[in-house]
Amino acid sequence: MSRAFAVLFFAACIASAVPAAALADGAAPHLKAGSFEPPRAAPDFVLAGSDGAPVQLSKLHGKVVLMSFGYTHCPAVCPTTLATLAAARRSLGKDAAAVQVVFVTVDPERDDAPRMKQYVAAFDPSFLGATGKPEALAAVRRSYGVVARKVPLGDSYGMDHSSSIFLIDRDGRLRGQMPYGRDARDFAHDVRLLLAS
Amino acid sequence: MRAKRLGARAALASLVAAVALAAWAAFAPLSLASRDELFTIPHGTWARRMAGDKVEILPSMIRLTLGLNDVLLLRNLDDVPQVFGPALVMPGQSFRLPFEVASTYSFACTAHASGQLQVVVDPTPAPGFSTLLWRLRRWTQ
Repeated sequence: MSRAFAVLFFAACIASAVPAAALADGAAPHLKAGSFEPPRAAPDFVLAGSDGAPVQLSKLHGKVVLMSFGYTHCPAVCPTTLATLAAARRSLGKDAAAVQVVFVTVDPERDDAPRMKQYVAAFDPSFLGATGKPEALAAVRRSYGVVARKVPLGDSYGMDHSSSIFLIDRDGRLRGQMPYGRDARDFAHDVRLLLAS
Repeated sequence: MRAKRLGARAALASLVAAVALAAWAAFAPLSLASRDELFTIPHGTWARRMAGDKVEILPSMIRLTLGLNDVLLLRNLDDVPQVFGPALVMPGQSFRLPFEVASTYSFACTAHASGQLQVVVDPTPAPGFSTLLWRLRRWTQ
């Protein structure tokens, strides 16, 4: 009887040893970011650009756009995000020319175009800042599902805001959303996938 | 006397079976048919919410395991856009979020009263006690 159990035991072990990979789909590589399926057109907007010209998302077709929402007084999340995006862009070599980072403020009270320019350029001179009237910025946030709210901080205030980075392909489709904290290599991986697709 | 011997054999057989099962549960490699942990917003959810129903689709904490079920898959089958976890998901659209590092992730999520969704990603269980615990947790879910 114990022999029968031994046989059953080893059979169960062998059956369960089928690697998970064999069960997984053998499809094309996925984005490391969260990805939308099917992708929709990234909501378009026109805001004041840090370079003095209007920023219109649809005019950036042909480039992969990495877009984040934040503010220049942000103590941690925004500088980390922009430094990561700058590192990702540097790692792309000549492909970097096909990537545009757009940083949309959630704090129009303090972030005017000159301040945005000075701030984003400290990370990478190619980065674009976008600002505008509070209502216009709120509409952009709504269309991307971004939340932001003012939080009193002593005599001043901070902003609680969504920290994901949006990935928009060269055809202007919203393809993915990278959570905050991911490595520059993850962005480079996804940008290469989007450039190749 | 014969009945007693049969009873003893049956007890021994049960013990062997229990030990074999525990050994299997602790040491057999883990695998799942899919790495996706799927959550769906059913059609009509928005209408139910508008009617005053408190519909909770996502738990405030989701537990995933690297290498096993490490992809959060959110699917909106409703006919209006929904903020679903960290993403705004359009009707008929899915949002697939893979994880590669074991950690606790917090996302702003307006679908929850707390405004936060936590995703706890556990490391792949090592063979032995961790694997046994993982199986027990799945079986009791």
